[in-house]
Amino acid sequence: MSNKEWPLWEVFIRAKQGLNHKHVGSLHAADVQMAIENARDVYTRRMEGVSIWVVESKNLHANEPSEQDELFDPANDKIYRHPTFYILPEELNHM
Amino acid sequence: MEINLEEAFQKRIDDEIKIEPRDWMPEKYRKTLLRQISQHAHSEIVGMLPEGNWITRAPNLRRKVALLAKVQDEAGHGLYLYSAAETLGMSRDEMLNELHIGKAKYSSIFNYPTLTWADMGAIGWLVDGAAIMNQVPLCRASYGPYARAMVRVCKEESFHQRQGYEIMLTLCQGTPEQKAMAQDALNRWWWPSMMMFGPNDDNSPNSAQSTKWKIKRFSNDELRQKFVDVSVPQAEILGITIPDPDLKWNEARGHFDFGVINWDEFNQVVAGNGPCNKQRLKARVDAWEKGAWVREAAVAYAEKREKRNLSKENTNAA
Repeated sequence: MSNKEWPLWEVFIRAKQGLNHKHVGSLHAADVQMAIENARDVYTRRMEGVSIWVVESKNLHANEPSEQDELFDPANDKIYRHPTFYILPEELNHM
Repeated sequence: MEINLEEAFQKRIDDEIKIEPRDWMPEKYRKTLLRQISQHAHSEIVGMLPEGNWITRAPNLRRKVALLAKVQDEAGHGLYLYSAAETLGMSRDEMLNELHIGKAKYSSIFNYPTLTWADMGAIGWLVDGAAIMNQVPLCRASYGPYARAMVRVCKEESFHQRQGYEIMLTLCQGTPEQKAMAQDALNRWWWPSMMMFGPNDDNSPNSAQSTKWKIKRFSNDELRQKFVDVSVPQAEILGITIPDPDLKWNEARGHFDFGVINWDEFNQVVAGNGPCNKQRLKARVDAWEKGAWVREAAVAYAEKREKRNLSKENTNAA
């Protein structure tokens, strides 16, 4: 008997047209077709989606959480990227 | 170094910052969660069995589709939870193996038999009701994947309880025999449901740490009290009696007082000596073993298709 576990897939669902796909969880499936069908049964039993993406988990790459500070640090001191950095007269209203 | 990491970890928890899978966490936090989430997943899967018993014998099509959908939801809940547990570093097969060899537990409530159709009502009303009490605070658990899975579970659980209560209501408005059936189901499911909240607080050694880690937000006894307080008026609407002679309103406390739980029974069922422990576990092991050929065939088919696609690509390239 083969003891091979079905690969793990990450599931992304688009809730409705106009929205981006959002990660909802993972599941096991032998191949991509089964992954999509299982994702439909597990994650969209109540019409939660109009589109499904599945990505085999081993193909998903991420930054190291332990290096999070260094990675995001460069944005920290650039407050001039935000509109509130600029001081304008009040009578200007809504710019 | 280790101390600093642990302090920083606790600080994040105290600040209500969620912990995500690849973040550093104390080994005991990982183990506690892994045990709790996998047990929770097993409970959903084993929990399909007592109700599965009645799908083919549902009294009409409306009841049948509802029960079928509920049991399918439970499979889904098990899968959300297994998927959350896997992020802590244990494979799905390993978790299932621990269930099958009796190392991992599942909720004891599922070791009781479902003798009549009224049990479908009592389970939805009381067992799912108690589960909701337990699960709603878990939507805010400190571990992100668990909290997110619980949000999905809780959203779906409310239909389960309402369909159960509706079954009870219909029986209670029916013939005297039907009402007696509902009363009998309440008699059998009340105390096991009360036990679902676990041991009394002074007898629950791991609770303090789980509370500190914000896995647990309310104590077992607090949740149990809440369950009693909401169930009493629900039983009154049905016109049936909760089988507890000590149950009465306590004006001073603002809560219902209730009788002592039979912890010997609870411990016996946890230890494997409940009415259906062997039957439930056997059903899971059989499903796993008899399904082996399906899992293998699916892998073989996937491999064959991949090979075919590869050779097609090679031919096209040549």
